[in-house]
Amino acid sequence: MERKELTCIGCPMGCQLTVEFDREKEEVYSVTGNTCMIGDKYARNEVLHPERTVTSTVTVDGGDKPRLSVKTSGNIPKDKIFECMKAIDAVRVQAPVKIGDVVIENVCGTGINVVATRNIHLL
Amino acid sequence: MISYDIVIIGGGPAGLAAAVSARNCGVENILILERDKELGGILNQCIHNGFGLHTFKEELTGPEYADRFIQKVLDLGIEYRLNTMVMDISEDRVVTAMSREDGMYQIQAGAVVLAMGCRERPRGALNIPGYRPAGIFSAGTAQRLVNIEGYMPGREVVILGSGDIGLIMARRMTLEGAIVKVVAELMPYSGGLKRNIVQCLNDFHIPLKLSHTVVDIEGKDHITAVTIAQVDSHNKPIPGTEERYTCDTLLLSCGLIPENELSNKAGVKMNPVTNGPIVNEGLETSIPGIFACGNVLHVHDLVDYVSEEAERAGASAARFVQADGKIERSENVVKLIATDGVRYTVPCTIDLNNMDELQTVHFRVGAVYTNCYVSVYYNDERMVHIKKKIMAPGEMERIMLQRNRLLKEEDLKTITIKIEAE
Repeated sequence: MERKELTCIGCPMGCQLTVEFDREKEEVYSVTGNTCMIGDKYARNEVLHPERTVTSTVTVDGGDKPRLSVKTSGNIPKDKIFECMKAIDAVRVQAPVKIGDVVIENVCGTGINVVATRNIHLL
Repeated sequence: MISYDIVIIGGGPAGLAAAVSARNCGVENILILERDKELGGILNQCIHNGFGLHTFKEELTGPEYADRFIQKVLDLGIEYRLNTMVMDISEDRVVTAMSREDGMYQIQAGAVVLAMGCRERPRGALNIPGYRPAGIFSAGTAQRLVNIEGYMPGREVVILGSGDIGLIMARRMTLEGAIVKVVAELMPYSGGLKRNIVQCLNDFHIPLKLSHTVVDIEGKDHITAVTIAQVDSHNKPIPGTEERYTCDTLLLSCGLIPENELSNKAGVKMNPVTNGPIVNEGLETSIPGIFACGNVLHVHDLVDYVSEEAERAGASAARFVQADGKIERSENVVKLIATDGVRYTVPCTIDLNNMDELQTVHFRVGAVYTNCYVSVYYNDERMVHIKKKIMAPGEMERIMLQRNRLLKEEDLKTITIKIEAE
């Protein structure tokens, strides 16, 4: 059994949560320190399947701006953030680009695409 | 002199939403003046997500949120001028602007909407001792360098202030390979959102030191180190608590100041608490026909609320123009009073004859309160009493006032909002 301390992000209260869980069995035994159900739900997700959206920029050639902002179109596992950043850093795109255009497909095998979040026009 | 029905100063989220709203209210002749080379304002450099949960029911990045409104402005054919700096607004609504192409010129506006936003508190306003080397940036400047220009300000970073931009930049610089050594916050609590403290600092094991400030900056040409120390309850550094961090970058995220030089020159009356104009129920300033919304009015933490507020200001400006400036002011004006922990309210007055059926009142508290009540008094009678588990200075609060409820009160002169223990 593992024990983990978390800060709830549900509201400004920021309850200090203690979660007891088993990573192998994917089972949460207890959540304490929360003052409402948001904390309970947050803690269960956060210890077993923490996920984040990654946002960054990539170099763009021939556009009216030097950088194109991008995001993962959904959440990816938290432990893949830096791997995802490496993949994003390696990309160079050509103008024009529209919001939603796919910049990387299935980034790091997560099944999630990296997409453009800005429109870039030809210079 | 050229003339427009409504001139909007600033093409950020507030200005865009005000323009769209005024057009939807039937005003054809609208002009947005923007000093940057593109519309969207600060949202363009806020590439992280979390915008638009209230407005669009989805999590967008800053540029995506801006684009939704820019598209509306384009679709509605609303005019805008970029690279244009407004120099002056007169009391009778003559706007003096300049640009590289057109030089200096004047516009007669039927109504003016102030939507200039805010800027960051600079080092000069913080009284930090030490040298004045290169490598010290406001968090927003660093954000622009990294996200728009594509430059990294440095590799070893210390951040003073735990405002949201500082927290966001701690994560951003970490993802780009920098080492963020510490975030020091003068106050005993952070002004940033909990979500940002967890996802921008805790995720990357960046320490947040509350009640700490920078007491020395080293480096003659470029910054080489900073020393931080713990402060006592009077914000005085405590000798013996100093810690030295070598670094090549110091970011400052120490508060935002509404950018009201133009409002002041026009003679608009200001609220010393918000550093923004004093406004009535329609977000009209002390000068008839000049309206204000967004961060120039009071600093917001959610862009959704900026858009909503700007919509209101745009509609009010439209109403003013359509009535040829002849909006009757009634005797029925109620004063809003902020006291006992509530720092301010927006608006400051409500004209019962001119108000909408539902009036939003925004306010902020001055300290962290737990298990308290927000109370609203009509004259001396407590009418609203809402239990709150927590209230914090970093989170803007709001209450709604119903017109028909207010009209029922006899001789209503004041509405007081305060925090009560029970």
